[in-house]
Amino acid sequence: MNCSSHHFDYLLRLGGSSLVLGQRMAEWIGHGPVLEEDIALANVGLDLMGQARMLLTHAGALEGRGRDEDALAMLRDVPGFRNYTLCELPNGEPVSQVGATRDYAFTLTRNFLFAAFQCELWKALGASRDAELAAIAAKSAKESRYHYGHAADWMLRLGDGTDDSHRRMQAALDLLWPYTHELFAADAGEAELEAAGIAPRSETLRAGWLQAVEPVLAEATLARPADTGFLSTGRFGRHSEHLGHLLSELQYLQRAYPGAQW
Amino acid sequence: MYTQSMDIPGQQPRAVAAAEQGAQEQEFEARIAADRKVEPRDWMPEAYRRTLVRQISQHAHSEVVGMLPEGNWLTRAPTLKRKAILMAKVQDEGGHGLYLYAAAETLGVSRDTLLDQLHSGKAKYSSIFNYPTVSWADIGAIGWLVDGAAIMNQIPLCRCSYGPYARAMIRVCKEESFHQRQGYEIMLALANGTPAQKRMAQDALDRWWWPVLAMFGPHDSDSQHSGQSMRWGIKRVSNDDLRQKFVDATVPQAELLGLTLPDPLLKWNAQRGHYDFGPIDWDDFWKVVNGDGPCNRERLATRVRAHAEGAWVREAAMAHAEKQRRKAHQEAA
Repeated sequence: MNCSSHHFDYLLRLGGSSLVLGQRMAEWIGHGPVLEEDIALANVGLDLMGQARMLLTHAGALEGRGRDEDALAMLRDVPGFRNYTLCELPNGEPVSQVGATRDYAFTLTRNFLFAAFQCELWKALGASRDAELAAIAAKSAKESRYHYGHAADWMLRLGDGTDDSHRRMQAALDLLWPYTHELFAADAGEAELEAAGIAPRSETLRAGWLQAVEPVLAEATLARPADTGFLSTGRFGRHSEHLGHLLSELQYLQRAYPGAQW
Repeated sequence: MYTQSMDIPGQQPRAVAAAEQGAQEQEFEARIAADRKVEPRDWMPEAYRRTLVRQISQHAHSEVVGMLPEGNWLTRAPTLKRKAILMAKVQDEGGHGLYLYAAAETLGVSRDTLLDQLHSGKAKYSSIFNYPTVSWADIGAIGWLVDGAAIMNQIPLCRCSYGPYARAMIRVCKEESFHQRQGYEIMLALANGTPAQKRMAQDALDRWWWPVLAMFGPHDSDSQHSGQSMRWGIKRVSNDDLRQKFVDATVPQAELLGLTLPDPLLKWNAQRGHYDFGPIDWDDFWKVVNGDGPCNRERLATRVRAHAEGAWVREAAMAHAEKQRRKAHQEAA
């Protein structure tokens, strides 16, 4: 595998993660716990969708085979996706078992963990020798800081709210934490990308991420789960059962009417 | 209580209070006659206040329930660009709901009370949202026709006599005109697309056209609330006039798309300078208004469920705020 295919896969990973989590945010619009949160989750979703479009467009240009953002989003099957598994998990059941298809505790906790990660990521990528990626990172950094602030506020309110909300938040955190291991796992292409000054090794983002996450969990009176040997593998193209269902909705029109312009 | 600036009842002899009320009423009438805005602190007749609460809250509920039929396609939009635009549009509708609830709150009624009225079925919302969105073309048709009709209705409301409602409408109308353009653009892409896409667009137009014409409300001769609302400057243009204006504007747009409006009686009347159109099926309209449309139960149940499932979030937020307040109080002491 040469360097440019690692580079392409890396952009697919970041673009796919924003796309898939953006799609999860879209599922919330119209169903939030309070109107202000419908609007906030739509904002987060719109930012993620914007990141996805820029990253996938850039990936397509780098690949040089004429694939645009839609070809990469709509016309690849599950193994072609490189997103983090964390982003593809459903907003509620069957992963979270609180009797709701949309579990706000699960959604907010995931947004918190992922936004904290994206903040670190964009900071590091701001110095990338891939000038386009650096520009995308600079724009996205502001967005992710807002997502982090929004989610962190809710971690505090719901973690340290009622007994019921605390229980829900701790359950969500316990479910989600093992999926964060994948964010910092090493892979074969990382050394090359680091040497070329394109992207940092994943492991280097962990310390900053923990610094952003742990104090909020403590203030929210939530216990940080212990790390285990669990490692999800979406970024290597081996996904959970849930991505296929997400893609069947995301890609439905492009698949049902091949070649049509919309 | 009408406004906060009123004297507390019982502190004045009844005759004086009645005389003052007469003076206030005259001032109110003079304000309406002079086309000046009524503001939340101004005295207003109870019936004026009630009419506005009913109308503004129905409007707010319509925005919020209206997020659902389009929300049905958020996860299935055909391209990432269309998805982003639709997300922004549905988000705007939530924002309109917020301004409108806030405008209703200036009349002394809380958002919680209004939501209870929606959830119990006591309050109405626009019947148009009780029709299903079964294809992507429905998203185009809603933007083009439903938002187009809403603009016709709402532009005169920017001049409504009640200040907070009029000001909210100015902002809402700006966003609605973007919504209408995005809807028309979806239809244009479909109309210029494959035969299957063109059929999809025509099918959507066939299903939405008549419900949209009914959206303007009963004929002027049958409209229960119109007369008084016109006198109070809440309503500025009659249902039939708005409907005619909408038909006249929409016919050439449909021609440009190469689509056929599903009305064999539609034709230009040179004498009137307007299009004539066929009779509206008011039985169907009232059936949907009274709860038996294709999606009434589903839409309301979805709202009720979202609210119920969010109860723990709202309770926790209140509990957290109370904890913070106590903590700040202890630190200050």
